[in-house]
Amino acid sequence: MTWQIDFWLMLVLIMFAVLALEVSDLLAAVGILTGYSFLMALLFAELGAPDVALTEAALGAAITGIFLLVTLRFVGRKEEH
Amino acid sequence: MTSRYESTFLDVVSRAIVPLIQIFALYVVTHGHYDPGGGFQGGVMLAASIILLRIAQGEESFERFPQSAGLYLAGFGALAFTILGFMSVVFGGNFLEYGYAVPGVDGVELRYWGIFFAEVFIGFLVWGALVAIYDALTTGGTA
Amino acid sequence: MRLMGVVLIAIMAGFIMWATRDLPLRGDPQSPASTHVSVYYIENALEDSNTPNMVTAVLADYRGFDTFGEAIVVVAAALSCLLILLRRRDDEGPLAQGYGTDEGIGDGDPEPPEQGARG
Repeated sequence: MTWQIDFWLMLVLIMFAVLALEVSDLLAAVGILTGYSFLMALLFAELGAPDVALTEAALGAAITGIFLLVTLRFVGRKEEH
Repeated sequence: MTSRYESTFLDVVSRAIVPLIQIFALYVVTHGHYDPGGGFQGGVMLAASIILLRIAQGEESFERFPQSAGLYLAGFGALAFTILGFMSVVFGGNFLEYGYAVPGVDGVELRYWGIFFAEVFIGFLVWGALVAIYDALTTGGTA
Repeated sequence: MRLMGVVLIAIMAGFIMWATRDLPLRGDPQSPASTHVSVYYIENALEDSNTPNMVTAVLADYRGFDTFGEAIVVVAAALSCLLILLRRRDDEGPLAQGYGTDEGIGDGDPEPPEQGARG
């Protein structure tokens, strides 16, 4: 319930989100997105919602990353402009 | 993706870690009354354990968890949850109002067990659905 | 064009931050969300359903219809994935029709499709 933890977590979250958009290697983008989900789970736990944190950690950090990786295997890891 | 990786470390670690994930997932599903967690979270963990098996062992894992089992599990969960909801309609309650599900039993106890079975069915449903999605993505699924 | 996007995002972020001044503080017991129906849940969840974890009681009992809808959405997602990606009997399935490129991250990239193979 301390605002400092919230502040720094949200700042790093925004940095991760911008980085995931900017990076051109899609495999790296998936990795960054997984880290984003993990930090999001930390933020939920800090906000006092362990149920949501558990869901985010299991779904966002594990399953979504696996599905995106499997998709990347078919579409290639280079971003096309 | 469906072939086996010839990696001793992946094989040994997956064999060691999958039972632990499944035990913890069962704990999360069945202790939704007392701890954070419930059907969704536990079902996702069960699906993650099966997907780890798929990644590490390839097609050999089809013997332990067949490809068609995912959709059957998801359908069973959805059907059982719907039947659980309509049980109370038969005896005069509203849809999903567990207190009326069985006549002659205390309503509070019925609501406790209604929540428990709802979590278990949601766990089956999410487990099967996520494994079915993974199989569809990697192998095209089965007809 | 890129600068314009950044400026637009900055303006929208400014509006949203300005609008958050009207939100109640987090965990404020006097906020409208905390005074209407959640008081009943907090006071009666244990007696109504014998469940110490209030979140589970609300999700699965009081708001059971919402949870039911979520579950049906998950099943619908799995079914639509299977319908889109299903391997048909007469060909090798949509994913095997040459979507893989040389830069793919895995082994076993599918071969390019034969012309007229699709029935």
